Amino acid sequence: MYDVVIIGSGPAGYTAALYTSRAFLKTVLFTGIQIGGQLTTTTDVDNYPGFPKGIDGTQLMMDMKVQVERFGTEVVSDTISNIQSSIPNTEKQKAFVLKGEKGIYEAKTVIVATGATAMYLGLPSENMFAGKGVSACATCDGFFFRGKEVVVVGGGDTAMEEATFLTKFATKVTIIHRRDEFRASAIMLDRAKKDPKISFLLNKEIIEIYGDPVVQGLKLKSGEDIKTDGVFLAIGHRPNTDFLKNVVELDAKGYVVTKKNTETSMLGIFAAGDCVDHRYRQAIVAAGQGCMAAMDAEKYLEEQK
Amino acid sequence: MVGIIFTDANFDAEVTQSSIPTLVDFWATWCGPCRVQGPIVEEVAVAMEGKAKVGKIDVDQNPATAQKYGIMSIPTLLIFKSGQVVKQFVGVQSKDTLVGELQRLS
Repeated sequence: MYDVVIIGSGPAGYTAALYTSRAFLKTVLFTGIQIGGQLTTTTDVDNYPGFPKGIDGTQLMMDMKVQVERFGTEVVSDTISNIQSSIPNTEKQKAFVLKGEKGIYEAKTVIVATGATAMYLGLPSENMFAGKGVSACATCDGFFFRGKEVVVVGGGDTAMEEATFLTKFATKVTIIHRRDEFRASAIMLDRAKKDPKISFLLNKEIIEIYGDPVVQGLKLKSGEDIKTDGVFLAIGHRPNTDFLKNVVELDAKGYVVTKKNTETSMLGIFAAGDCVDHRYRQAIVAAGQGCMAAMDAEKYLEEQK
Repeated sequence: MVGIIFTDANFDAEVTQSSIPTLVDFWATWCGPCRVQGPIVEEVAVAMEGKAKVGKIDVDQNPATAQKYGIMSIPTLLIFKSGQVVKQFVGVQSKDTLVGELQRLS
């Protein structure tokens, strides 16, 4: 039986683990599929304080892992698919049973820090081209589009950042956005607009991606056919909370609803990071919330004694 | 590191002519998820020692092989058996997934 199970290996999860293991609570952290979380798909992180020259996102996450292991957190590569509250509370202490791919785990408290995942358009043709021209990670895959033409889908900061990054490789980058206004910040949008390699197609919706065996183009709802070698998706994120549907209260978009501080609707389950926060979505905010969840869990365990 | 470094030069001898199933991890230094995958692949190499060959190929240094196999996203992991690609994974894979697939094939 663990004192604390932490689900997720981004800044929220690792910070929570740092605090609970330093408080001598028996802690295990399950990494999930995307080990290290969303920061591993970025390049330099320049807005996490303490690194005056910036730090590589993957390096930051690898360092966080080493740091929590130093204090005794077990970091396990498993993905939790189910949480159940232990059968009627006959015992004094409530407990949770978590089901992973590799085993069943028991814990007195759970901190959910599962973050969010890049959204796809939901087109059947899109899955077919995973690894064949459709990508949600420009920093990983931009390299393969040297001298080619690509499309970036979206209108937020991520879309602008990816488009700007891709101009290093591609001869032409077209941003396709389904509206004519942008969520992107003024500075990011301005940079993209000034780039001679970037052009915009606004008020356009993609209905199909085609090609054989790799992406060759896409079709728009308006009837146009756009030739392209690659489609990079930057249309936002959805919280990784499907497995929590019948466990804790989620809002309409699937984010975990926190009541008081980091407490969820289920006593003993706490939540932190991008699975809760759709407003800030920053590594430093996630880390801060991870710390809060750890302290809330610690206090809860203290009160149960 | 544990495992083999594959290159454009040794790919035929080490991979396509290999007598046992061979796992190839296509990666690059600048790809974050690849650096998450790297240590996992090394664990797979240890677990499968003698039963399967496991190694990495840097797509930056070895563009010909990456191009030949149509790699457009990394990490991509290919499993070769008798010179043919028998399994392709795109994106970071767990040790269990990779070991499981290699065991099934060996």
